[in-house]
Amino acid sequence: MTARRRFAIYRRELAYFFNSPVAYVVITVFLVLAGYFFYNLLGYFNLASMQVMQSPFQARALRLTESVVQPLFGNLAVLLLLILPLLTMRVLAEERRAGTAEILFTCPVSDWDVILGKYFAALTVYATMLAMTAVFPALLARYAEPEPGPIVAGYLGLFLLGAAFIAMGVFFSSISDNQVVAGVATFGCGLLFLLVGWVAPLVSPALAGVLIEISVLEHFAAFAQGVVDTHDAVFYAGFVVCFLFLAVRVLDSNRWRG
Amino acid sequence: MAPKAPREPVEVIEVARLTKYYADRPAVLDVSFTVARGEIVGFLGPNGAGKTTTMRMLTCFLPPTAGTARVAGFDTLSDSFEVRRRVGYLPESVPLYRDLTVAAYLDFIATLKGLAGAHRVRRVGTVMEECGVSDVRNRPIGRLSRGYRQRVGIAQALVSDPEVLILDEPTVGLDPRQVVEIRALIRGLAGDRTIVLSTHILSEVSALCRRVLVINRGRLVSDDYTSNLARNLQRGLVLDVVARGPAEGVSGTIRGVGGVREVAAAGSGDDAGRYRVACAAGEDPRAAVAAALVGAGYALEGLTARDVSLEEIFVQLVTEGGGTDDRA
Repeated sequence: MTARRRFAIYRRELAYFFNSPVAYVVITVFLVLAGYFFYNLLGYFNLASMQVMQSPFQARALRLTESVVQPLFGNLAVLLLLILPLLTMRVLAEERRAGTAEILFTCPVSDWDVILGKYFAALTVYATMLAMTAVFPALLARYAEPEPGPIVAGYLGLFLLGAAFIAMGVFFSSISDNQVVAGVATFGCGLLFLLVGWVAPLVSPALAGVLIEISVLEHFAAFAQGVVDTHDAVFYAGFVVCFLFLAVRVLDSNRWRG
Repeated sequence: MAPKAPREPVEVIEVARLTKYYADRPAVLDVSFTVARGEIVGFLGPNGAGKTTTMRMLTCFLPPTAGTARVAGFDTLSDSFEVRRRVGYLPESVPLYRDLTVAAYLDFIATLKGLAGAHRVRRVGTVMEECGVSDVRNRPIGRLSRGYRQRVGIAQALVSDPEVLILDEPTVGLDPRQVVEIRALIRGLAGDRTIVLSTHILSEVSALCRRVLVINRGRLVSDDYTSNLARNLQRGLVLDVVARGPAEGVSGTIRGVGGVREVAAAGSGDDAGRYRVACAAGEDPRAAVAAALVGAGYALEGLTARDVSLEEIFVQLVTEGGGTDDRA
């Protein structure tokens, strides 16, 4: 019963993304920028390759994985931070603003049904968008021999990173009926989680350890290096569960505050 | 969740001492009433009286601060899912997903309400027929006129064939022809179904409901049959008298008649000579007033009894009954 309701909410949410320009605009902007990064990185790699032709023993230092694949994943991670809040900011804020929440929550559905349905719909749009960037490694594979390991690990890392940002976006969309507030809060909080490791050298070792541990970037770095560690995967899973749980709590508390 | 057996109550809606505070501002205060199966009850009150808040508590959208509301024998707080399964609700602003087509939207709501398979397909088809939206079934809701949207709103409330239908201001913002159509539609929905609808338009209550609950500033001011309301509240007749002569003398003469409670000059200038005469409850001093005026030598040009309209009763209730639980 509840699975069917959850799936109905998921389908309705996905329909919204593709009935409105939202999914198309977000995916297009993401792909154009990602393409630009890829072109840029590959262009410089080409230039460097030409130069090292003169001194062949330098050529060993020039590797596709380090010069193109890893920087590309790093760039995409930052791009996600900018793009994903636009995908998630409306999911709950709009329901409240438009009043459609009143019909939704007077149907026999639980808050978890709503949150999970909406979360997985946004995640699906994101997965679609990420899958489309597979054209870049495919191009690399056509003309060179990139190592498959780091590419697979990098994609897994990007997917988990996005999954975490989306959960955070769903949470911030639950706290306000204003989409801009939800979007800006998601972006700001995401940036903070990404860069919180920067201050680690400045604070006490104990605090530094905590900061490194909650830094989204630190956990992503391992994936970008081609290392898949369950420790990092568990961090992202915990991040997602935590924010979705908070979103459910917010829905309930909104009800009591009226 | 296994379906629970309802208690088969005679009273489908039981509201006891229901209270809702927003922060420290009371929106609904100590409201109690019951509604029997098959009744159409009107919820009447000025804007901001607490009608919507009460309906939101009945539909489990808001939890009450104090008191209880039971629908079909289930408590809205502890058995919220059972209540939500049995209630169809149309909020005031008719909030629908504008990007979905009518058929897709109704199918979505039907799924959430727990309908499945062929039964769901059949119900969606039936309510589209019932509410007259079959011809726009494949149009996005955002492109429909206000009247059609209202019909889709009623259709979504009906799609699970609920025992109880709660409609918040179902005709607000419609043109007069659409109002007539929607009222006819609502009237057709009655029968076994219990309907609670809110409105701030009095004619709507008299057109649709046998019983009316008047609510003002969060309190229930009156709970009565629409017909009784007029009779019981009538604080005696009101007469329009037109007589020539000095105002002092004329009003003095009228005041002297037994059964007259109050006399007020109602006109000035060209209109001078009009008086509004309020009579004591149960008295009809028309003949005595006429005789007294003629006897005193004033020219009596007109004397008519005015029917107290629902509008006046309402204003009366809302102005005097605001604070107390004054069951008329």
